[in-house]
Amino acid sequence: MTMTSPTPTTSPTPTSAKPEAITKISIVISKGSLDGIYPGLIMANGARAEGIGANLFFTFFGMDAILKRRIDHIKVATVGNPGMHIPTLLGGLPGMSALATHMMAKKMEGIDIPPLGEFIEMIGDTGAGMYACRASVDMFGLTKDDFVPQIQGIITVGDFYGLAAGGQIIFT
Amino acid sequence: MVDVNEEGFFEHPEQWTREIASQIAADDGIDELTPQHWQVIDFMRKEYFAKGTGPTVRVLGKTSGVTVKDLYLLFPKGPAKMAARIAGIPKPKGCI
Repeated sequence: MTMTSPTPTTSPTPTSAKPEAITKISIVISKGSLDGIYPGLIMANGARAEGIGANLFFTFFGMDAILKRRIDHIKVATVGNPGMHIPTLLGGLPGMSALATHMMAKKMEGIDIPPLGEFIEMIGDTGAGMYACRASVDMFGLTKDDFVPQIQGIITVGDFYGLAAGGQIIFT
Repeated sequence: MVDVNEEGFFEHPEQWTREIASQIAADDGIDELTPQHWQVIDFMRKEYFAKGTGPTVRVLGKTSGVTVKDLYLLFPKGPAKMAARIAGIPKPKGCI
């Protein structure tokens, strides 16, 4: 078997001293598990702390992160999640997901990662934009009142691209 | 002369003075450091010398007496980065 080395997408050129800094990012959160939600939030919050503009767009089950009735009940996926290193049958036992979530929450608090409700509030305070996806809202029959107050609006995909203009988009 | 790294963070926080802080702030777009700015700066230095690393924004918001919202208004280029630079301490290591 022959190995071909991938072509680097950003080859350093001797003339450019420093790559252009990122000034804006827009992150899509599409999954509703704890491990699906947190990475995007950490990246958005971290961007704001560096002075980078940030937008969050919650779609499909990612909306659980901003729904009042769901926000305090987000769990780690213990089934179908090879990263957990738990056999599928074991992961499916009653209480497994709650247990794993509890253990992870303790670990996260130890390294200063806030619980979800506090994190969403904090990200709102950083001035990041937070929006729910219009198509998902209509599909699940939701209204603006179902969401935490930090959500600035329910917007279409087109609106999202408008907000994201001039920056980078990350899908999680 | 003070030693800073390529991002402008102090390599030796003991070289810092209040006059230098005002100068760094001015270069970064903050014309005048208000008492609230100083509250954050002093808190960051205290934390740094006590713990060896600057506080995260979350810790700042909870314990410095300045809310997260205000931190971002005071240091619009990002409290973690901007405030640490002005306070003359290395960039905080936390991600949050």
